[in-house]
Amino acid sequence: MAGIATKHTLPAPFHEYELDDAFDEMVDSDGAVRPHYRHIYEALRELTGDELRRRQQIADLSFLHQGITFTVYGRDEGTERIFPNDLLPRVLTREEWTRIENGLTQRITALNLFLKDIYHEGKILNDGVVPREIIYSCKHFRRQMRGFYVRKDAYVTVAGTDLIRMPSGEFVVLEDNLRVPSGVSYMLVSREVMKRLFPELFRKCGVQPIEHYSQALLSTLRALTPQASAQSSSEPTIVLLTPGVFNSAYFEHAFLARQMGIELVEGRDLVVHDNFVYMRTTAGLRRVDVIYRRIDDDFIDPLAFRADSSLGVPGLFNAYRAGNVSMANALGTGVADDKAVYAYVPAIIRYYLKEDPVLNNVETYLMSDPLQRRHVLARLQDYVVKAVGESGGYGMLIGPHSTAEQRDEFRRRVEADPRNYIAQPTIRLSRAPCFIDGNVQPRHVDLRPYILFGDKVTVVPGGLTRVALRKGSLVVNSSQGGGSKDTWVLD
Amino acid sequence: MLSRVADSLYWMSRYLERAEHAARVINIQLNLMLERGSQSEDLDWARVGRSLGMEGSGDDDWNTESLAQSLLHDASNRSSIVASIVNARENARQVREQISSEMWEQLNRLFHAVRRSSPEVWDARDFLQSIKEGAHLFQGITDSTMTHGEGWQFIQAGRYLERAVAVSTLVGAHFREFHQPAQAGAERVYLEWIGLLRSCTAFEAYCKAYTADVKPERIAEFLVLHPSFPHSIRFSVEALEAAIMEIGREAGSRRAVRVERIAGRLRATLGFGQIDEIMGGGLETYLAELLRQCGQVHSALYQTYISYPIEAALEA
Repeated sequence: MAGIATKHTLPAPFHEYELDDAFDEMVDSDGAVRPHYRHIYEALRELTGDELRRRQQIADLSFLHQGITFTVYGRDEGTERIFPNDLLPRVLTREEWTRIENGLTQRITALNLFLKDIYHEGKILNDGVVPREIIYSCKHFRRQMRGFYVRKDAYVTVAGTDLIRMPSGEFVVLEDNLRVPSGVSYMLVSREVMKRLFPELFRKCGVQPIEHYSQALLSTLRALTPQASAQSSSEPTIVLLTPGVFNSAYFEHAFLARQMGIELVEGRDLVVHDNFVYMRTTAGLRRVDVIYRRIDDDFIDPLAFRADSSLGVPGLFNAYRAGNVSMANALGTGVADDKAVYAYVPAIIRYYLKEDPVLNNVETYLMSDPLQRRHVLARLQDYVVKAVGESGGYGMLIGPHSTAEQRDEFRRRVEADPRNYIAQPTIRLSRAPCFIDGNVQPRHVDLRPYILFGDKVTVVPGGLTRVALRKGSLVVNSSQGGGSKDTWVLD
Repeated sequence: MLSRVADSLYWMSRYLERAEHAARVINIQLNLMLERGSQSEDLDWARVGRSLGMEGSGDDDWNTESLAQSLLHDASNRSSIVASIVNARENARQVREQISSEMWEQLNRLFHAVRRSSPEVWDARDFLQSIKEGAHLFQGITDSTMTHGEGWQFIQAGRYLERAVAVSTLVGAHFREFHQPAQAGAERVYLEWIGLLRSCTAFEAYCKAYTADVKPERIAEFLVLHPSFPHSIRFSVEALEAAIMEIGREAGSRRAVRVERIAGRLRATLGFGQIDEIMGGGLETYLAELLRQCGQVHSALYQTYISYPIEAALEA
């Protein structure tokens, strides 16, 4: 034992950097620092703990002053909290990134073809590749979208796909977020802060830029301008539709609107008249051509969906179907990020593109399948069980960290509604160095790159690396004690 | 600019002006009550309620403690100072991206200070002072950190409309109460007139214009018609009209003509007014007419820029 411990002991500030069987982003299995981390490793050895702490304070203050907060639901006052940001960047090589980029491009292309298909002919269902009942029983399937042609066939315009790294070092897809993915503002702001804190390191490493994200998002949205408006010479009016100041991602909505120079609107700012959408301004009503909506399908139009929604715009769906306004993302995209449909994505890629997936899925068991269900329920302590329509780390059971009562509870829930659950083996996410308690320690991380689909596919190099800040924890969601760090893709 | 944003800026400003005005009036009253002795306190508080334009303040409903507490700290009383500050902040929060961060921070500080303190009525001076100072600071920060564009003009419109209404109400209530032919207790009434001037920060300015010789007609002339004193009704209305003209220019709406005409008529009513004629026809009648026109300006502003019918906007 003593031999192994000394073998992996690194000098300060890495003296508490313990290795285990998870993939480590900085250190290889022999305990040597990987070449692409060398600059950072050396820079950290030269900086004192006090100096690092000072920079951490600058970073925290900068986040606080910019009001980079998220809202924790279920509390009364002071619901806004700073999103914890770790000081040390996570680094990816150009080769690793190229593979990720190709894989994500392939995946979003196939998923958009899939969405078009299931809302029209349904060939993939007729051919038996994806079971019909999974699609029609999905709570995010929108029958109102049947037969409607989405502008440029861009169903998913903005996607955030969660990747994790297996102990083997391979990146796999954990889940797709195809409805209203958030977090991209943290990526942009933490890059700004990092450039200020580590300018010399930044230059030495040669980091690919991400600052063009807002520009790329704006061009992507502009590509969706409805046909009639696109032919006129005037600039299309694009707006960002937010649920309002009480939404957990309101900071991001305001941030993106400001970055793109578009108006940040709420449902009550929009009116629909004769199937055209207008916003109320002091200069009168102004036609709206494209809506980047950050409101869920259910709440977007009380006439078409949930009647009790006060966030939406009555009549918006009719205007949309009339082709007078475009929305990003399209309605009904949630069917493709249902976790039961997720299990079929590799088959979906092969079906439409006649290619093998570049990025694999995590092995997934469908609880609606009796055999798979029996297998998992007998070994619940080894599996992660997730509700298919949830996100943000809500509604899941992590087998190895669960109590017997929690497992019994989930067993009951799964048996009562098997279609609503899937299970995956517990995966040791890869670990990256983080600045914690005055020294550098490893913590588990994932990676959420953001993909834009308009006239072309754009993936800005990097994304949001989320960190499980509690030691040993595998949960990276901000609502569950996670933080974020900057992600550097080297040139 | 989005109508919702204009609406929030306008009300943020109105509520803050309302809180500041109420803080000043109550502070002066606390002073006066010390002079008067305690037998008339209940009546005095009832009059404060009326001079702040609170409805339904029948004399019986009030006693010192409950009314004063309610005016200061009761968030469920829509006219209370706390409620005004809470509402101002709530409106600012809705448009946090449109105002400068310095403005937001100052309003937030004021909000937290108000929520923390809940002193006894007779210890409220510091509290009231901090409201006045906080509001003044916010006004200064606003003027020096925010672009003087359309949004700022809505802030101006809100502030001066609120001020015109508040001063008209206060002067009206005061004259109804105290303007009688000279009689016993002239000393005490003298203090009341000074109180009125102080409630509008006007005592020193008045003395410079008319010496310390306090006469009701002169006070009325000063508070209603003075062209350059910032708490006179005429000054407020002229600033209101200027803001409305700027908004019309910035928004470029053809429907702006109506609100500009109504605001212009109100300005002219004051600009060409003569104090002897006004007193001759009854000051209260005159002030009631001003209040009616202020209401019209508010409605017209709303109908033009904020909650207009779709059909009207499509014609334009």
